[in-house]
Amino acid sequence: MSDLLVEMTGITKDFPGVHALADASFELRPGEVHALVGENGAGKSTLMKILAGVYVPDAGEIRFKGEPVQISNPRTALDLGISMIHQELNLAPHLTVAQNIFLGREPRGRPRFLLDDRRLNRQTRELIDRLHLKLDPTARVGDLKIAQQQMVEIAKALSLNAAVLVMDEPTAALTDTEIDELFRIIRDLRTDGVGVVHISHRLEELKQISDRVTVMRDGRYVATLDIADASIPVVINMMVGRTIYEEAPDIPVRSDEVVLEVRGLSRGRMVRDVSFVLHRGEILGVAGLVGAGRTELVRAIFGADRPESGEILVHGKPAAIASPADAVQLGIAYLSEDRKRYGLALGLDVETNVVLASLQTFVSSLGRVDTRRTRAVAEQRVQDLGIKTPSVRQHARNLSGGTQQKVVIAKWLTADTDILIFDEPTRGIDVGAKSEIYHLLNELARDGKAIIMISSELPEILRMSHRIIVMCEGRLTGELSGATATQEAIMTLATQRESVAEAIPA
Amino acid sequence: MRPTLDVALTRPRALIRSDAVQRFLAFGALLVLILVFSLLSPNFLQFDNAVGILLATSVNGILALGVTFVIITGGIDLSIGTVMTLSAVITGVVITNMGLPIPVGIVAGMLTGALTGLANGVLIARFRIPSFIVTLGMLNIAKGLALVISGLTPIYFNDSPGFNEGAMGSLIGSVVPGLNIPNVALVMFGAALIASFVLSRTILGRYTFALGSNEEATRLSGVNVVRWKASVYVVCGLFAGLAGVVIAARLNSAQPSLGQGYELDAIAAAVIGGTSLSGGEGSILGTVIGAFIISTLTNGLRILSVPQEWHTVVTGGIVILAVYLDIVRRRRRL
Repeated sequence: MSDLLVEMTGITKDFPGVHALADASFELRPGEVHALVGENGAGKSTLMKILAGVYVPDAGEIRFKGEPVQISNPRTALDLGISMIHQELNLAPHLTVAQNIFLGREPRGRPRFLLDDRRLNRQTRELIDRLHLKLDPTARVGDLKIAQQQMVEIAKALSLNAAVLVMDEPTAALTDTEIDELFRIIRDLRTDGVGVVHISHRLEELKQISDRVTVMRDGRYVATLDIADASIPVVINMMVGRTIYEEAPDIPVRSDEVVLEVRGLSRGRMVRDVSFVLHRGEILGVAGLVGAGRTELVRAIFGADRPESGEILVHGKPAAIASPADAVQLGIAYLSEDRKRYGLALGLDVETNVVLASLQTFVSSLGRVDTRRTRAVAEQRVQDLGIKTPSVRQHARNLSGGTQQKVVIAKWLTADTDILIFDEPTRGIDVGAKSEIYHLLNELARDGKAIIMISSELPEILRMSHRIIVMCEGRLTGELSGATATQEAIMTLATQRESVAEAIPA
Repeated sequence: MRPTLDVALTRPRALIRSDAVQRFLAFGALLVLILVFSLLSPNFLQFDNAVGILLATSVNGILALGVTFVIITGGIDLSIGTVMTLSAVITGVVITNMGLPIPVGIVAGMLTGALTGLANGVLIARFRIPSFIVTLGMLNIAKGLALVISGLTPIYFNDSPGFNEGAMGSLIGSVVPGLNIPNVALVMFGAALIASFVLSRTILGRYTFALGSNEEATRLSGVNVVRWKASVYVVCGLFAGLAGVVIAARLNSAQPSLGQGYELDAIAAAVIGGTSLSGGEGSILGTVIGAFIISTLTNGLRILSVPQEWHTVVTGGIVILAVYLDIVRRRRRL
């Protein structure tokens, strides 16, 4: 028992509306590199953030070197020697490399409230040299490239002489040579007896660096394997698990009429040469891991971000979409995953929200809004879509997540759009309301609407889609038929990094 | 030797740091103002007029020093104008009404500022109420308290002539005859030196920038952000208290109805001097230059007989221009 560096058991954490972790556990030995894998939302980051003191668990026990510990804030974790490199870079861009690395532990002068910046820069220099990094201690972090900022994070974590180092997707922004260098540093740490936790989506990296793998799913611990026993298909199988939805999918028939065609669309690193078509009455699922470029793709189609190259055809005609207003004019609607911020005016009532995107059509020649008509239209939508609200006068803020989503849908239907792009349509919506949204999407498709649905939930994608396109690192890595696709097939395409893709003959 | 990481040293760094650019711009603007006004009026470049500008800058400058700290953290302090008034009134009560020695009055005035700053800081940092709201409330609280405590009438320092003499006398003039620069200007420059030292050389200064640059990163680095953020508002309040003492000494009275509106001039001075309202950037030198730009402008317009009403119109325009330049600069960097 006591040879374990970290032992986490029974860890439970709820966020409003989400069970992030349910009875999760994890262990780490000194001198091992332990990979932590799972689907988006499996709870990997949350579990490690609890270890690092970012979140406090609702229940569970953490033992560090055999002793039970309470880690109530980042300071406690740092004092124990647990440091974490976060997925989203946590640096102060206005401060220098040295100032960031020693933030919170600045070398002091005399008296103690004075800074000793000469010592700060010297110690940083020594640290950078020891790690064989090329960084200028006095450079401002905001002026550095992402990969260099990542190196600053790593140097910062290592400067603590940590006993435990957690890295949340450290390689996401790095090139292959940079990754090799990072792995060299990790191997050195392992030799020094440091326990390294490595959260990654890149399964092919596991073999290169890890000693053991722990798989998580739906906030729970699934299994821990020695790396020798962990082939990629086995790990994917464990990550995906059984399908949650037992009922047979109810997919309406689609027509062959193409309503939207995207040709060679590119924007930056996140959207690279993407082409696909969308049919009338079709639900097209867009699958991929977080950061695969799915949201960026649909934002470029919708005119929220301007594409660098490529063509968009709506109903067979080339469309110049320079802004979301142009897209709406062409009948395209985008339903953001963040309904509360981008989809709804929370302080306004259902009626106003329903007519908000098409208000011009309700305005009389004198410039007065015809409230009798807006009322009638809103009440009709509430009835048609089964929006559960006491009246159209109810404020959007007071509705449940599922009902809010229906109000957003009602808004776009009222605006006469026929291409609906859903970004995570059921995020933050409880299980009961989810199936209502699914039924509604099917109804819309049956009525001839064309739907693009981004979803990180594989069962949802599989249940709803006629066809599924999968993205990885901004590229389209494959297209699957909804009828024959499996979770394993999607995960394989979603983790198909460029170098791997080249190695596998098409 | 082991292979080194294949990362270029740094992106070609801007030749001059961006906040330095704004400071340079501000300094250039100040010189242009002085040049233009000198050409337009022979009365501008006179010693007495220069002293007038110094006097006009001193109170606003001291207020601006304190609020620079707050703005660098990404916050705002709207209460400094009326906190200054409250501090002046407390100084008046201690010296005139209670008949205590002048130094006790000065300490009481500064302490008043620090305490209101502490109240602001705790509400903002500990209870996470937006700084705009908290300090807007404190603006009214301090204004009301100043009126209540003073009984709506000015408190004069006629029994302690040393107070006004200390402020308006000239230490420099007594050493170098003729160079009668009033002591309040020395107080402002002294305060600026201290502020500059605190901002660039102390732990508090480092965390002031860190909080404004990335508060979450600062928290995750193990810094007690609640304590340090609150401290920044205490510093700001302390400067507001000092400004209260200075204005009372200068006017030889504590005027309970004066003060509101001063906060905006102080914020304007900081912003013109290159302190970013989105946090993480700013300097004391810039703020001092900014304060001089505002008072030089007002002074010059008065000498050119531009009606008083137009002065605020012009300073308002300058502030918008300065913020716009800041935004353009930032956009170009991204």
